Amino acid sequence: MSEFKNISGIACLLDIDNIDTDQIIPTEYLKSIKKFGFGDFLFDGWRYHDIANINTLTSSRSLNKDFILNQAPYNESKIIITGKNFGCGSSREHAVWALRDFGIETVIAESFGDIFYNNCFKNGVLPIALNQDELLMVKDYVSNESKLHISLADKNIAIKNEKIAFEVDSGMLDMIITGQDEVDITLSISKKIKSYESNRLKQKPWLN
Amino acid sequence: MKTLYDKLWDDHVVEDLGSGDHLIYIDRHFLHEVTSPQAFDGINKKNLRPWRVAANIATPDHNVPTTRGQNFELESIEDEVSKIQIIELDRNCNKFDIQQFDINSEQQGIVHVVGPENGFTLPGMTIVCGDSHTSTHGAFAALSMGIGTSEVEHVLATQCLRIKKLKNFRINLSGCPRPDVTSKDVILYVIRSIGTDGGTGHAIEFSGDYISSLSMESRMTICNMSIEAGAKVGLIAFDKMTESYLSDKVKLDKSEYDKALDYWKSLSSDSNAKFDKEIEIDVSKIKPQVSWGTSPEMTSDYDSCVPELNQNSDKYSTYKKAIEYMGLKEREKLSDLTFNKVFVGSCTNSRIEDLRLVASEVKDKRISENIEEALIVPGSGQVKLEAEKEGLDKIFIEAGFSWRDPGCSMCLGMNEDKLSPGDRCASTSNRNFEGRQGHMGRTHLVSPMMAARIAIHGGIPHE
Repeated sequence: MSEFKNISGIACLLDIDNIDTDQIIPTEYLKSIKKFGFGDFLFDGWRYHDIANINTLTSSRSLNKDFILNQAPYNESKIIITGKNFGCGSSREHAVWALRDFGIETVIAESFGDIFYNNCFKNGVLPIALNQDELLMVKDYVSNESKLHISLADKNIAIKNEKIAFEVDSGMLDMIITGQDEVDITLSISKKIKSYESNRLKQKPWLN
Repeated sequence: MKTLYDKLWDDHVVEDLGSGDHLIYIDRHFLHEVTSPQAFDGINKKNLRPWRVAANIATPDHNVPTTRGQNFELESIEDEVSKIQIIELDRNCNKFDIQQFDINSEQQGIVHVVGPENGFTLPGMTIVCGDSHTSTHGAFAALSMGIGTSEVEHVLATQCLRIKKLKNFRINLSGCPRPDVTSKDVILYVIRSIGTDGGTGHAIEFSGDYISSLSMESRMTICNMSIEAGAKVGLIAFDKMTESYLSDKVKLDKSEYDKALDYWKSLSSDSNAKFDKEIEIDVSKIKPQVSWGTSPEMTSDYDSCVPELNQNSDKYSTYKKAIEYMGLKEREKLSDLTFNKVFVGSCTNSRIEDLRLVASEVKDKRISENIEEALIVPGSGQVKLEAEKEGLDKIFIEAGFSWRDPGCSMCLGMNEDKLSPGDRCASTSNRNFEGRQGHMGRTHLVSPMMAARIAIHGGIPHE
């Protein structure tokens, strides 16, 4: 993601715990063999009245106008604020692809599913975990203000005159900012992998 | 003094990358048709080949029809998009010489059933797959976990994962369960007790005399659902039961087998190993479990009621939404619910032991008039063959069940096996999320025994 030093934009509140990756993107869209084009299907079951079908044109679908992401200005959200354990369940990276393709750059939650959390960093989406009190401050703030500003350099969220600091692993944050390719980085030490591997297969030949 | 997880971790560290990141070597990589195409595409674009081809085993499972019969033609899959996905797996496996049990193979099946029964899952291994239920293989004292598609690509290309170490969590399960309580009830009870985020950031080791008494199939059910408690890694120590399961599945010559066995015997936590978190559960107090809501933690005893909504509770909005979605009323008795669908299958409960249990419940009986569809989907071709050898298929068909070909089927409703809006299904699968088994479908997670009883009674039987 380019120029990803700060995140500033519309923040939408989905005040529910345990939003699983099946809600973020239903199984139907896992039939795609592509890595892009999932934005229309984000929260599909909540955004549309009709049944998910990968062959249906989005323009022909029946929108659920009561759902926040279908309402202005939240249809242009860059930030999602939610409860605990966001992204639990299935390992489908499609969930992060759907968030990214919709335009979501960060999700602020009390906690995240472990697999989803890792998947976020591979795709330029920043997961921010806050404690209950801090999260409540952010929730209160966005119930009156639609925009939120997050500084990645200072690792904080601006709430009126206050700044709420958040923790995120520097290496993982770098990955988002620079968009580095992990495969290339790992292959730069392929000699070490080879030497580990040949020792391992010598000591434990049944693994061959 | 080390935990089992510590031992497995230490044995696989290729490099400490600093600030907690480690490069971990992966011994076994399972692949299926849904989360692999983009990963293969990634290595193709980089002009790479799989690092160690023999580490990879593939089979299509998520998206395959379960009414295939013999000599099935891919061309007959009506959904063009689904067809392409299965063809892609064929193409990628052929291109790179990856061993695949294809859609017509007798060994095809759910990847987490196929791996162990063919001896591809071994103690002491690191095992990954682009599927969160990879935690299943932890029942063999293997460090196994679900990964995303970017990580699938990384493992294909480098045979390694860049990850941070998890914390250690031990759940000690002791006591003798009621005869109508299976390992599925026990894991549902664990999830209900610690919550779906109770194990987040941790590897859970299940231990205690209850675990020691369990078959490998029952242990796999427990580790399979550790992800539903937030833990991507579930573990059980190696013991005599593991050894006896593996004895006819591992094809090694005697000296190699003895060497392996010596090592496997070291795969348990040291007696005074330190855990970051520990809990004790007496399984004799557990009743059969039934989920009522849209998260696996929303589970109750079979003879209890839908919870009462409390506006002051922080769970209020989440519970309210779940009760509405499930078409329930507060304080409604679970035994008053009428079911119209039953699904027996999934990587949680589709092994031979599960099918035998269902057969013993439904033998010489008929499913209730309420039940419009009752599917039994074996976990693999081998499970199917064994069940048919034992005549279980006849018992199921005579009772009114539909006996299918192996696949993930209605666990996630990716193929044609789906719930319709408003259906209420007793399911032996692992997730009761909104829409999981089909748009507006209502899933109640239960054991195979309870699913069989609901099929016969049309509801949760009163005792």
